[in-house]
Amino acid sequence: MPIIPELNLPWLECSIVLPLIGAAACAITKRKEASQTIAIVFTWLTLICTGCEFFDFTMLNTFEASDHWDFISWVSQQKILVIDELSAPLLPLTALLYLLTVVSTLHTKTKRFSFGMALISEAIVLATLSCHTPWLIILLQAISCVPPWIELRNRGASTRVFSIHMGLFLVLMTVGWLLIDKTGNPENANLIPVAFLIAAALLRAGVIPGHLWMNDLFENASLGTAFLFVAPMTGAYVVMHLVLPFTPSWAMQSIAVLSLITAVYSAGMAMIQNEARRFFCYLFLSQASLVLTGLEIVTTIGLTGALCVWLSISLSLGGFVLTLRSIESRIGRVRLDRFNGMYEHTPTLGGLFLLTGLASIGFPGTIGFVGMELLVEGAVGVFPIAGLAVVVAAALNGIAILRAYFRIFTGKKFQTLAVLRSKPSERFAVILLAVLVLGGGIWPQPSVSSRHHAANSLMKIRNDSVRGHEVENK
Amino acid sequence: MLQFVMALLVVASSATLLLVLGMTSLFRSPLRERAVATAVQLSSLVGLTASMGMLAFMLSNNLHDYPVDLGDWVTLGHSNSALQSDHSQLSPTLESSDDKSHDDPSMHFHLRLKLVFDRLSIPFLIMSYLLCGVIGAFALRYMHLEPGFHRFFLFYAVFQLGMVMTSLAGTIETLFIGWELVGLSSALLVAFFHDRPAPVQNGLRVWSVYRISDAAFLVAALTLHHLSGSGDFEALMGQGDWPFGVATIDGQQALSVGMLLLIAAAGKSALLPFSGWLPRAMEGPTPSSAVFYGALSVHLGAFLLLRVSPILDKSPFLSAMVVVLGFLTLCFAAMAGRVQTDIKSALAFASLMQVSIIFMEIGLGLRYIALIHIIGHACIRTLQLVRAPSLLKDHRTLENAIGDHLPISTYFFRGLIPVAFRERLYRFALERGRLDSLLDDFIAKPIFKALTFADRVERRFTAILSGPPKADTQANKSLTDV
Repeated sequence: MPIIPELNLPWLECSIVLPLIGAAACAITKRKEASQTIAIVFTWLTLICTGCEFFDFTMLNTFEASDHWDFISWVSQQKILVIDELSAPLLPLTALLYLLTVVSTLHTKTKRFSFGMALISEAIVLATLSCHTPWLIILLQAISCVPPWIELRNRGASTRVFSIHMGLFLVLMTVGWLLIDKTGNPENANLIPVAFLIAAALLRAGVIPGHLWMNDLFENASLGTAFLFVAPMTGAYVVMHLVLPFTPSWAMQSIAVLSLITAVYSAGMAMIQNEARRFFCYLFLSQASLVLTGLEIVTTIGLTGALCVWLSISLSLGGFVLTLRSIESRIGRVRLDRFNGMYEHTPTLGGLFLLTGLASIGFPGTIGFVGMELLVEGAVGVFPIAGLAVVVAAALNGIAILRAYFRIFTGKKFQTLAVLRSKPSERFAVILLAVLVLGGGIWPQPSVSSRHHAANSLMKIRNDSVRGHEVENK
Repeated sequence: MLQFVMALLVVASSATLLLVLGMTSLFRSPLRERAVATAVQLSSLVGLTASMGMLAFMLSNNLHDYPVDLGDWVTLGHSNSALQSDHSQLSPTLESSDDKSHDDPSMHFHLRLKLVFDRLSIPFLIMSYLLCGVIGAFALRYMHLEPGFHRFFLFYAVFQLGMVMTSLAGTIETLFIGWELVGLSSALLVAFFHDRPAPVQNGLRVWSVYRISDAAFLVAALTLHHLSGSGDFEALMGQGDWPFGVATIDGQQALSVGMLLLIAAAGKSALLPFSGWLPRAMEGPTPSSAVFYGALSVHLGAFLLLRVSPILDKSPFLSAMVVVLGFLTLCFAAMAGRVQTDIKSALAFASLMQVSIIFMEIGLGLRYIALIHIIGHACIRTLQLVRAPSLLKDHRTLENAIGDHLPISTYFFRGLIPVAFRERLYRFALERGRLDSLLDDFIAKPIFKALTFADRVERRFTAILSGPPKADTQANKSLTDV
């Protein structure tokens, strides 16, 4: 077992166990209000744990670290839970998204949104992001599909689209890794198993034509569940851990073209949607494809850009979807073929919608700006002409976002007797996200430096691995 | 030291205004109108005084160029090697030391904040502060007790900061930041009266054109990075003071980058084929129409070309393109402007005519004349637009007093043009050259049609995969909840 530095406390285990305890508590209680309170408490505790883990890891100044008093390692005699520079900021970010989703769930939505399931899926995602063991990643990916599947089933919606895609994803992953396992050393794997893994990762990431499940999920599951299933971008995480280390650059760059096509196509589709959920789904797909593009072009600058955009879109689209969810809680499903006139009721949510939307496309002064610049630079460096698709996608997404803002918030004031003002919990989410989005935009150096360092380390690992493979072939 | 403080004050005054108005909006504790008035006037006054102070400092020291380097906003890859750090001294922004190797660890990235006070930026800056200050004071009364009072001044603050940053930009990234801020505030202000669909639709159209021009700008900026290894104007345009710099790229490269910058400039300044957005932009409140589309924002394209004028010098063909584009837009604006039936649209086309002439001057190499033309035109147009509502009232009062319509002037050559051709020209001008419908028919609609078709196919395929819909599902119910 390689010697890996240890964190000072078992933060990783705690951050996985805490939501599970919360889920158990939610299962015992019958009242939805009590479930929400429990979920808020446990997501807060998880966020604190992941925050401490991030701080602890940063203090160690190392590429990766394992948990202290690691019970799982003691049982399995393997370092299962490992945090590295890639996952370190993703863990608190994921915990934050869960917290904000739980906190901003209004009473009108509590009947449809299962807090227990949300806590279970939080534990699964955090475990996935803390795990480097390929078979365990595959297993966790399989388990992570269960909560949304159950929700779809409970809502009486068809689960076939979701099941077919996720089933195929799991089969491809399993077969791919089985074939790689057979070779004994992943670095010696030929292209066929790698192709299986790439296909699986692209399917999970929703790269066209394997994106239909995402639309289906957004349309039939609750918005919170659908977003929390896609937002941590575990497809990209699979690419980083199972594909990137030993796939030749030419193969990675070939699939980057597919991601670029998806980014532009989805941005175009986002512009014409008349249902807010489908619009958001395509917007997310387009932005996530840009992240994938950055990962797949395999350059330091591109990778740094992708990792920065990964953080920025998780945060900004997190805020974006929370706003959308809050609007849905008030007026039901939002249609974009009419002006909904919500500004006069909730100007704060309108402001957050615009701010987070613009941040997601890398508007200057927001958290996404520098990442997007790096990503464009990386893409154009590898594909001088095709790389411009990143700019086109960002431009189309910008148009789609403003169109959605105008359709939701402008128009004659929505007439209702109910008070639609934003609630304190929503205002808390708005202010926190606005501070993060603007703070990260005005002072981007720490996050960009950390992502650049992570990108450098990942590229070094990859280069060593690919070089070793070439030497062995000779 | 004093000049450094003044230089910072120029930007800080606008940034502080935005911070104050933004924070109070975020925390839902908007300032009272009187407090907003004080903040707006103070910001303009401080900014203008500091700008004048910088001008006085430069004149007294006979300086033509005073850069203020605020350091790197973002910097990556410093610590790789001594060689690299030496290299970064030479090329302060983004660069790749070896293009052959994409995974070269020495790749590094700098986003540098640099302000430049020179013979181009100082007049533009003073003009921006002066006109923003005047319009701010005008708008405080014009927008008094309007429901969107705070929203207007928040966008105004974004615009003012954008203009200041664009004027003073010493790197192409800083210019891009200002450029984007101006674009966003402009689009939102066009859609200011957002309870009606027309302003909102026009705001979206303005934004769409801006996004296209911004994309061209971004690509141009990246191309410049690759060609010259830097985003610093000093490195791009040579060491000479404006307008005597010599671009460090060759003619062919200048043509390719210049064409992209010309698209960006044409979008921002409403030149052909993007002219359709300018009259639409007049849907916004009069103060914003005056200061944004009549005076400042509409000149940003010309400012961009003036800033990168050494690139134009490198390519006579590019310069010719600028002149031709200016001339075509001039003809179009002259025709369309004559048949407009509302005063704001007529003024919008009058603005466009002058902007076209400014572009022609830039293409012909008359840089100082173009700059003087911008300043003169911006001031007179602001006055005309601000005067427009009361002018109409005065016009009616005059007609009531004399008991008849005022005489309509006719032109000598009117009789020389055949009636049928005149009518055709009239329709062409009235429909604004059918520019919007041409863009819609040949670009927007085919794309939308293809995307709608793809959407239909996707839905059908998803429906096939899903199987027959289940009756009375919760998901279906929630759709009908709306």
